[in-house]
Amino acid sequence: MTSEHRPGQERFVAPLEETPLKAVDSVDTSSPPTSMWSDAWRSLRRNPLFLVSAALILFLILVVAFPSLFTDENPRRCLLSENSLGAPRAGHPFGFDQQGCDVFARVVYGARASVTVGILTTLFVVVIGGILGALAGFYGGLLDAILSRVTDVFFAIPLVLAAIVGLQMLKNIRGDSPGFVLSVLPVILALAAFGWPQVMRIMRGAVLTVKNMEYIDAATSIGATRRRNLVRHVVPNALAPVIVVATVSLGIFIVAESTLSYLGLGLPSRVMSWGNDIAQAQNVVGTAPRVLFYPASALALTVLSFILLGDAVRDALDPKARKR
Amino acid sequence: MSEPLLEIVDLQVAFGPKKKPVTAVRGASLTIYPGQTVAIVGESGSGKSTTAHAVIDLLPGNGRVVGGAIRFEGRDITHVKKDEIIALRGSSIGLVPQDPLSNLNPLWKIGFQIREALVANGVASGAEAKARAAELLTEAGLPDAERRANQYPHEFSGGMRQRALIAMGLAARPKLLIADEPTSALDVTVQKQILDHLDGLTDELGVAVMLITHDLGLAAERADHLVVMYQGRVVESGPALDILQRPEHPYTQRLVSKAPSLASQRLSSERARAEVREQAVQTAGEIAAEVAQSSQELGEGRATVIEASNLTRVFALRGSVPWQSIDFKAVDDVSFSLRRGTTTAIVGESGSGKSTVARMVLGLLPPTSGTVTFDGVDVSTLKGKDLLRLRRQMQPIFQNPYGSLDPMYSIYRTIEEPLRTHKVGTSKEREAKIRDLLDKVALPSSVMRRFPNELSGGQRQRVAIARALALDPEVVICDEAVSALDVLVQAQILELLNDLQAELGLSYLFITHDLAVVRQIADDVLVMQDGKVIEQSSVSEVFDDPRESYTRKLLDAIPGGSITLGA
Repeated sequence: MTSEHRPGQERFVAPLEETPLKAVDSVDTSSPPTSMWSDAWRSLRRNPLFLVSAALILFLILVVAFPSLFTDENPRRCLLSENSLGAPRAGHPFGFDQQGCDVFARVVYGARASVTVGILTTLFVVVIGGILGALAGFYGGLLDAILSRVTDVFFAIPLVLAAIVGLQMLKNIRGDSPGFVLSVLPVILALAAFGWPQVMRIMRGAVLTVKNMEYIDAATSIGATRRRNLVRHVVPNALAPVIVVATVSLGIFIVAESTLSYLGLGLPSRVMSWGNDIAQAQNVVGTAPRVLFYPASALALTVLSFILLGDAVRDALDPKARKR
Repeated sequence: MSEPLLEIVDLQVAFGPKKKPVTAVRGASLTIYPGQTVAIVGESGSGKSTTAHAVIDLLPGNGRVVGGAIRFEGRDITHVKKDEIIALRGSSIGLVPQDPLSNLNPLWKIGFQIREALVANGVASGAEAKARAAELLTEAGLPDAERRANQYPHEFSGGMRQRALIAMGLAARPKLLIADEPTSALDVTVQKQILDHLDGLTDELGVAVMLITHDLGLAAERADHLVVMYQGRVVESGPALDILQRPEHPYTQRLVSKAPSLASQRLSSERARAEVREQAVQTAGEIAAEVAQSSQELGEGRATVIEASNLTRVFALRGSVPWQSIDFKAVDDVSFSLRRGTTTAIVGESGSGKSTVARMVLGLLPPTSGTVTFDGVDVSTLKGKDLLRLRRQMQPIFQNPYGSLDPMYSIYRTIEEPLRTHKVGTSKEREAKIRDLLDKVALPSSVMRRFPNELSGGQRQRVAIARALALDPEVVICDEAVSALDVLVQAQILELLNDLQAELGLSYLFITHDLAVVRQIADDVLVMQDGKVIEQSSVSEVFDDPRESYTRKLLDAIPGGSITLGA
């Protein structure tokens, strides 16, 4: 077929000054270097979801660390006769509960127990689940079979139910009048003991994907041992999904702690916590609903912030959203 | 003279936010007449696919046309309503996408997916559509079409899937078929079959084809009119042969001179290769003498550095019932040797077992039977310190430059890793070594602080080469090391490998599916098919006088091999 001189198909050569030739595959040295994490950070910084949740969480941490910055009231100074179910007034914006304690002060001071339980439980869960998941996924075979079945067994038990049983068994370590640490520790241990299966499964899945990547082969042919591969290459690359799950489950553990405290099994009533206060408030929910409302709202807001943070982090670490 | 079917005039396409748009196409013009095949050639990022997708309004994400006009049969379709474009898709303009795997819905039968195309365009419905789907599959070159139409995509090979997609693209008898790199994911022999078939079919039906490809040889062989794109612009266009014989724009000249498939390349690359070999063998001889003296190094300094004898690898595949397994011989009785300072290439299509051989040589996979000896030492018996020594003297470069670098490691740490693993030098000495290595692979030392995701495929592959050379190995195993790269980058990496071989006296085992590349880098060739070595000789013998019909088939399938260039 001759198509030499059809209109629109004549021989055309672009003038060189309009299309300057660049060196083949030259390195772009203009942009600053970025790693996966700094990439993720950049996309997080622009995400309103992240900004809101991060601000809330920072505020919460401030409350936990320095409660006295936010209230001058002593939450333990309760005047049953004068203030029982007293209405809000100057200096006491949330009013008083049945015992005559300042509700605002109790919400502020109660944050410490809830957040401590949430963060420490998540830490334990990530360590236990992460290690078991990494071992199972990386070494496979019999070890994987055993660890995976054990995980399935733990996964099948409802978290709160299992924690109730666990707390009954841990009753003894508390003693009669435990301090803050001994009060919180059994709850953390009970929740961690049954909370890790989800992290284990996610870690195992991520490790299974990562261990087949070519850079693992490359490291092996450099002379890296299996253990070195696992620690240096596989685990760091498999961590992203675990971090996402951990952020979301932090909220879930705070809820679980409240549930346990509400049932009278979690933190002893001497320890101030949102769960305990909610449990106390149910007696008067008909007459003074605000006594229930404030600790419950604080709890909901905290959990929501962590879940939003988890969502934002997931978006940022999504490999599809990252530039190749 | 007929009217143009498609006219693109000064097209501009931009991505990204309105305030800060990134222009992908900046002024592309081309014309396609009815029944004509026009090829758009360019490297990745040149805007060739974007141009094609703009025609049927399939720009990804927030891509949009910001200037110019697209006219189809004289009608401006640049800014028409969505439903008018939808009416055009399929019935007037068909598309054969690039990746046959991800473009078929794995949950539906092939026949159903073709029927969908027929029904959506109002061509046929019901039982008629069913019969028509089978006809279309037969037409696309699938034997036993009625049974095939009832199968799922996973039961099809890559080539068969691409045929099904061609059947779909042609289902409503469009006037224009856009084929976006239709065969780049396929083996060369399958590629040839499919393109031959597509040629015949579109000729018969009078369909115009817009062929998008990165391969100049392939474009010239299949198209009447060529459009060369570079950095979002058309830099040269005109009759295919004319452009190939007298490229005028420097970019086109570069493409023509680097295309490995074109016949003109043969002599010059053979001559250059002979020079490289001479120098490499000499340097390698000196290294061998040192190795023979040294007690630190593994081996005896033999002239044959790697010898594989009767390598066999059997994989157990899952049978029809869980307790059954079927033995599959991936590699069957393969023997070869690699002489010091030379390159032995293993050529074969996917599934031929060539990569399995590489993994066995590297000691990443134990052979079922047979042995690999490295300089007189049986690789499989090595343990501990000796194995570390072997790792040091034999290094791999893998195919996928996106997968072979740890994304969490900076370039500095990536190249430093082998030195750390083997506890070589102090951190000062290591840094000096890394700078030297980056220099060797022609990367600026400023990339040290960067991460793999910031580099292009070719740059990553250069980092992988630097990492492989960090321990001063004697042998480098290149497993499809250049096949994921654009032609020009590929030529650049091959040149680099050649220079390094001459300078350092390296020996390469070069695994590839592309015979065209072999000429530029290899001295001896093994052709593999179904796990067996079917031909084994020197490069010039294989190219000039192939003994096996399969080798001849592979040679014939190299696109553009038959085109003669003037002068």
